[in-house]
Amino acid sequence: MKTIKLSLAALILSVTFTSCTKDNDDPIVVEENPLADYNMLTTLKANSHSLEVYSDQDQFTIGYNELFIRIKDEAADSYVSDADISWMPVMHMTEMMHSCPKSEVSKTENVSVYKGYSIFQMPGNADEYWELTFDYTIDGQAYNATERIEVTAPVDGKKKVNSFMGSDDTRYILAMMPMDPEVKVNDFSAVLFKMEDMMTFPIVEDYKVTIDPRMPGMGNHSSPNNEDLNYDAASKAYKGKLSLTMTGYWKINLKLMNADDEVLKGETVSEENESSSLFFEIEF
Amino acid sequence: MKTKIMGLPHRRMVAEPKRVSYYIGILCGLFFFATHGDAQQLKVDIGQDSVLPINLSEVIVISSFKETLEHNGHTKPLSTLDEYLEASQKVNMIKRGAYAWEPVLNDMSSERLSITIDGMRIFGACTDKMDPITSYVDVSNLSEAHVCSGQQGAEHGCTIGGSIDLKVEKSNFRPTDWVGSLEMGGESGNNAQIIGGELNYSDERFYVDTDIIYRNAENYTAGGGVEVPFSQFEKYNLSTNAGYSFGDDRKLSASFIFDEARDVGYPALPMDVSLAQAFIGSVSWLQKGFLGGFTDWETKLYANKVTHIMDDSQRPDVPIRMDMPGWSDTFGYFSQAKWKNEKHQVLLKLDGYYNLSLAEMTMYPNDPYERTMFMLTWPDVRTLNNGFYAEDVIKIKESSVKLSTRLAVQNFNIADEFGLNSLRIFYPEMARRQTRFLRSVSAQYHTNLKAVHFNGGLSYGDRAPSVTEGFGFYLFNSFDNHDYIGDPDLKNEKSLEGNAKISLEKERFSIGLEGNYFRMADYILGEIDPALSVMTIGADGVKIYRNLENADLYNVSLDTEYKILKELKWSGVVSYHRGTDQDGRNLPFISPFAYSSNLQYVHMTFSGSLAMRGAGRQVNFNPDFGEDETDAYTVFSLSLGKQFKFGSDDLYVKLGVENLFDAYYSTYSDWKNIPRMGRNFFMTVSYAIN
Ligand SMILES: [Cu+2]
Ligand SMILES: [Cu+2]
Repeated sequence: MKTIKLSLAALILSVTFTSCTKDNDDPIVVEENPLADYNMLTTLKANSHSLEVYSDQDQFTIGYNELFIRIKDEAADSYVSDADISWMPVMHMTEMMHSCPKSEVSKTENVSVYKGYSIFQMPGNADEYWELTFDYTIDGQAYNATERIEVTAPVDGKKKVNSFMGSDDTRYILAMMPMDPEVKVNDFSAVLFKMEDMMTFPIVEDYKVTIDPRMPGMGNHSSPNNEDLNYDAASKAYKGKLSLTMTGYWKINLKLMNADDEVLKGETVSEENESSSLFFEIEF
Repeated sequence: MKTKIMGLPHRRMVAEPKRVSYYIGILCGLFFFATHGDAQQLKVDIGQDSVLPINLSEVIVISSFKETLEHNGHTKPLSTLDEYLEASQKVNMIKRGAYAWEPVLNDMSSERLSITIDGMRIFGACTDKMDPITSYVDVSNLSEAHVCSGQQGAEHGCTIGGSIDLKVEKSNFRPTDWVGSLEMGGESGNNAQIIGGELNYSDERFYVDTDIIYRNAENYTAGGGVEVPFSQFEKYNLSTNAGYSFGDDRKLSASFIFDEARDVGYPALPMDVSLAQAFIGSVSWLQKGFLGGFTDWETKLYANKVTHIMDDSQRPDVPIRMDMPGWSDTFGYFSQAKWKNEKHQVLLKLDGYYNLSLAEMTMYPNDPYERTMFMLTWPDVRTLNNGFYAEDVIKIKESSVKLSTRLAVQNFNIADEFGLNSLRIFYPEMARRQTRFLRSVSAQYHTNLKAVHFNGGLSYGDRAPSVTEGFGFYLFNSFDNHDYIGDPDLKNEKSLEGNAKISLEKERFSIGLEGNYFRMADYILGEIDPALSVMTIGADGVKIYRNLENADLYNVSLDTEYKILKELKWSGVVSYHRGTDQDGRNLPFISPFAYSSNLQYVHMTFSGSLAMRGAGRQVNFNPDFGEDETDAYTVFSLSLGKQFKFGSDDLYVKLGVENLFDAYYSTYSDWKNIPRMGRNFFMTVSYAIN
């Protein structure tokens, strides 16, 4: 399991450090890029600035993407602190355009590093693509930058995001937050949004997501002591516990319930019903 | 009570379909009352160190070649150790196939027994009990097995049910010079081939013994010609031990055993074993005089390493392929000394062992693109046990009293992080380490009035949970078809035990009635947890080891021996067992009423025996543990032996047949009712060069 906050704290203290997720033993010199341990996914060049977008992943993928941003002032050859940044990912499809759920871009403990997340529902293809636009203000001066980005399906092909119509005729997007699964009781979180219109995806609060992890490859057995995902106002995410009793492929069957405990999507798993229509997948 | 017991099997027998054998059974029964196959001639009633016969123990003489000649009454000289143990009065065997049976004493098996080789602790590496300690030695390197009941077995370690100590055969500075022998055997029931040999040198200063045995068996055939698939096995065992005497009774000795079995089928289980291997070594120092008035100071250091590779690669269809290797390494020591005067015989002993138990399970999904599934079924449990044992045999006129105690500290440490995290799924607060204090006290009394002997004793003992009971993770038990999960918070199991034996010993006739009773608190047993989801495909549920409030076990047996003529001896045993919990529920694996009879003829170089053994219908069974009502059975066996002289060399030939009437039967201790071997002819030829 990865704790970005912890990593960042370590970054800021930045002497030498090892990321929780990468086995990178190379010593990192002080004053080096605090995001050196992450992958730079793209750089947007505009207004004599370079907007560098980093991630733990090596590309934009569908599902939850935690992203780190730095703005480099090319002229001063330094990184800008105290910028105000907002962003807007937009997918250009043949028939229409839409955005996706995303967080605000916030500042981190390191003044030159900003972060946020974005949840792409679908990958781009030859005719349809995503574009990422940043609107940012430095010292009262507004700028913007746009760049086409490539969003791909995850390498392992496992489902980490669900975009679906609930029984209340609302379209929801439920995304699993990144985790490093282990054989133990794992912290497990997800974020839930509804689609108000093509461009607006507000966070849905105080619903509930029940979880039922199963191994379809082994008689569809379950695991004990899981905790359903409940809304945590502080992190604006749904948090629970996921027990994995062995390595391998797990299907996390889900049910989304509203505040009145009405099922909006998903079915109970039973002998007759092998899986829910709402699920995440994990393989490790 | 006695008459009731005796009446039972006869009524049952008549009701059985296999008429012929039963009529003969009744005939034999009439003549011989009840009977025990091979037990009697194997049983030698000698108290250890020729102390008074205060221990209700049994010594099973194991047929090495020399012993074969000495005790040419052995029914089947090259039989497996398992068969020797089974033929004894007190030991029963749980069978999962033709190989590696699990000893049961007083209706208790592995985790409640202390099983040792020359006092060394060894722990099997199989999570499914496919490799009891007794499977890692062979008759070629053993001289006898000491069986002690209940807390009388506490000398070698903490126990509830008792102990079995397997004594390695040693030339032990006897002036025999070079001795060699070769023996061969064969059996028809499973096309078994056995070949073994030994070469020993011994004089007053130095001895070295080496022996080797190889066994190879195909699938066996049950009664009526039914082949039992996956019952083959192949094994060999090499051992050597040596001693050097420094004069004035200071001796250094060392022993080493290597045992390896391959391609062992377990017809009653869903998996087989491709490799079961053990390295067992020790060094000991023995000195007659010691500090103060103490004598016979013996110190031994030992280590052993057991590897067990379980797989299902030979099985045609399984829901999912899996590998389940296990490892168990043990390092230990003991140091003991004796002290005695006219009234007291004292033994003091310090001992300890450190065991590492690790087992894994890898499952291969049917979808080749899915990753393999892996778990630790034994999370590298490190067990450290340090104990102190003391006994005093006090002579009071015609009587004697033996007082003994064992105090031990046992630590568990879960060394593997992955395994600890796995268990914490069930027990979030579980500590990595735990310490338990174990104690045993026992008082045993013996007296005799002329030919009437009385033995009686009271004792208390406890034990820590086994690795499986405390830390097992989804271990599948095919008998009750449940997955089992350990509980690290189990309380120690405690046992209050009473035993008594009254016997009449005349020159030509002896009869003894013996009984024991175990009142156990916090009896450890798996109980269904309906909230849990099974891991194994097709399993019925999940059980978690729990402490039962209490359990009661009792065992009663009656044995008789009658020397009809100088050459002709008859012996017989009947026994009755019962085990229930606080709600009167039957405990699993409790023997039904059982009986055996043996008629033995020995004259000069010729010997012969006719044996019968059987059991009543298993009335008290427990379906919750996968048991069903096992039918009554009676089987017969015959053997003939003859010794020939060629100069100073000896040739010994033995022929026999077991299950004479080819009965198709299984016993209460046959896993999932797998049938026993049908009619089986055997022959062994031994040749000794002196
Ligand atoms: Cu599984
Ligand atoms: Cu095994």
